[in-house]
Amino acid sequence: MPNMSPKKVPMPEQDPNVRNRNFEEVSLGYTVEMAKEEAARCLNCKTRPCVSGCPVNVAIPDFIARICADDFEGAYEAITQTNSLPSICGRVCPQESQCESKCVRGLKGEPVGIGRLERFVADYHREHGEKKAVNVEKNGKKVAVIGAGPAGLTCAGDLAKRGYDVTVFEAFHAPGGVLIYGIPEFRLPKTIVAEEIKTLEDAGVTVMTDMVIGRVLSLDELNNMGFEAIFIGTGAGLPQFLGIPGESLLGVYSANEYLTRINLMKAYRDDYDTPIKKSKAVAVIGGGNVAMDAARCAMRLGAEKVYIVYRRSAEEMPARAEEVHHAKEEGIEFCYLTNPTRILGDENGRVSSMECIKMELGEPDASGRRRPIEIAGSEFMLEVDSVIMAIGTSPNPLIRSTTKGLETNRKGCFVVDDSMATTRDGVYAGGDAVSGAATVILAMGAGKKAAAAIDEKLSKK
Amino acid sequence: MFQIVEKRQLNEQVTYMKIKAPFIAAKAKAGQFIIFRVDAQGERVPLTIADYDREAGTISIIFQIVGSSTKMLGALEAGDYIADVVGPLGNATEIEGVKRAIVVGGGVGCAIAYPTAKALHEAGAYVHSIAGFRNKDIVILEDEFKAVSDEMSMMTDDGSYGKQGLVTAALQEILEKDKNYDLVIAIGPVPMMKFVCKTTEPFGVKTIVSLNPIMIDGTGMCGGCRVTVGGETKFACVDGPDFDGHKVDFDELMTRNRFYRDEEAHNANHKCRLTGGNRHA
Repeated sequence: MPNMSPKKVPMPEQDPNVRNRNFEEVSLGYTVEMAKEEAARCLNCKTRPCVSGCPVNVAIPDFIARICADDFEGAYEAITQTNSLPSICGRVCPQESQCESKCVRGLKGEPVGIGRLERFVADYHREHGEKKAVNVEKNGKKVAVIGAGPAGLTCAGDLAKRGYDVTVFEAFHAPGGVLIYGIPEFRLPKTIVAEEIKTLEDAGVTVMTDMVIGRVLSLDELNNMGFEAIFIGTGAGLPQFLGIPGESLLGVYSANEYLTRINLMKAYRDDYDTPIKKSKAVAVIGGGNVAMDAARCAMRLGAEKVYIVYRRSAEEMPARAEEVHHAKEEGIEFCYLTNPTRILGDENGRVSSMECIKMELGEPDASGRRRPIEIAGSEFMLEVDSVIMAIGTSPNPLIRSTTKGLETNRKGCFVVDDSMATTRDGVYAGGDAVSGAATVILAMGAGKKAAAAIDEKLSKK
Repeated sequence: MFQIVEKRQLNEQVTYMKIKAPFIAAKAKAGQFIIFRVDAQGERVPLTIADYDREAGTISIIFQIVGSSTKMLGALEAGDYIADVVGPLGNATEIEGVKRAIVVGGGVGCAIAYPTAKALHEAGAYVHSIAGFRNKDIVILEDEFKAVSDEMSMMTDDGSYGKQGLVTAALQEILEKDKNYDLVIAIGPVPMMKFVCKTTEPFGVKTIVSLNPIMIDGTGMCGGCRVTVGGETKFACVDGPDFDGHKVDFDELMTRNRFYRDEEAHNANHKCRLTGGNRHA
């Protein structure tokens, strides 16, 4: 008999007023009992709409059925048939707009907590599961993957499973891409990312850190080293600024810089050398998940006031509902329909305040969202000592500017066909480097697709 | 991990290190830099590549102890390992077509000026090097400079070696005498570069400076290294590190480079509760 409760089994969480001063994980995860209770809400529909909502087509009803049958390892196997990073997806996927948006239970009440269940299964496996020795027959073919983020790691994992000799080149000193430099510890513990990468390495993937492809090696040189195909998953890492006066003042950061100092380089920990300013009042510009992450980090570093400054209204905000909810619970103030006009500094060149203007919504623009328009004379001052720009990123030009035959579009994104092949033979690309800034799971989907295309091409050789 | 194969003290504060890094050595060019991280808890610190040996697969760096990271690096010996060395980053200094150049190095900046002087010399340019130091005791790379220079001016602030005066005095004198220089390259403390540019501006000589602002990744990702050049925001790591000195906002750069001074001072006096300060020993 299915559990007909209209609501998901609540996720245990750290108290907002405790967690907003620590970096430990916010959501604590389901117990076995909670997971079984939630799993029992799945109707195991014949049409499996949830699967079609998943960019990597996880066999959702199958894994949930195995939870109901107490077969948690079986559930893990069902997920990892198509998803190589389940403990990560269970935490950071926007399930509400993917699998869970298609769930029949969502028609009347809340959908099944698919993300929470995926996380439970992955965590259960990490704590209780046995590591199985992976024995894949090598086919002797070498593939290079550039960028150890979600797209690259997925592509590498899938190719390793098929017997390829895969080397992942990472520019930073640690693999993970946005999973380690961008998404904070309290949403995605870094030990989990490290374990997922260890699993890939056990499956035969080689990771080379400190390798900035485009500088230290060109794509031609990679080909000469025997790599028969190359996958570019270099993400969208170039930060944008608003271009308003005062952006060079001390205390103005790109979200990339702020988050990298904190997440990758652990500025919040006493035993790391990374410096970071202890801000009293912080304005984060933007309304996406990156803005939420930056704001919640600023709060945890001890800020008294943290503002999200967003030029449209709550309705247009691109951040996940859960992130906005968590941010509000933690005491972050939201200034909707507000746009910065200039940043002011003191005699030492440090940020002292930010001038903003009120906005109203006009006709829909190219994005389909109503265009924000300034309300003349509505300027006001926000007293802040730090400003974090989280208004988007664009792809890094390093590879496109050093490689012949790679076509990119107006925004600097690689042009690819349906199989993720670029305009250069044997070179594939996927993730944010192709789509512009998007989500972890979409990047993983692209990496998966490219792996299949690379396999098809090379197995014909 | 990257092994240190040679270490020499050039003076009390300045250290020379040769590091095994074959991939970087194969590609490095004058003007490019690396980022090092001493250990897993260390900062990422940019340093210009002072020299390289493609066959031996080594690169050389020359650094002055200014904070905790350079102090820890300086405490390592030949045979020890550095956790990370990434590069070559940034654009190489453009020397093509240069016929007569003045290369100005100030203090430890001479470590970066030297490979540029060498590259110009090897490309067949006439090179006049000006090296400036506070006093005789901290003079470095004199023989190396002489070997790649057609003329050499040694300046010290106190006159204890070479001629007494600032590098700008020597530069002024040369430019007044000889109008045929087509390039000045200045590398050193930011105020020195600023005044070199002020000196060359009336003569209309193209002046290139090499900037070294605070940065994290060195690939264009953090935007921390932004500098204003000709009214535009540039990232020193990918757009530079060389820029047209007559267009750089040096005052802003000086302010930005001071941002973490309080934290650095705090770190220097701070004993970590978790490690008992062992890492800094």
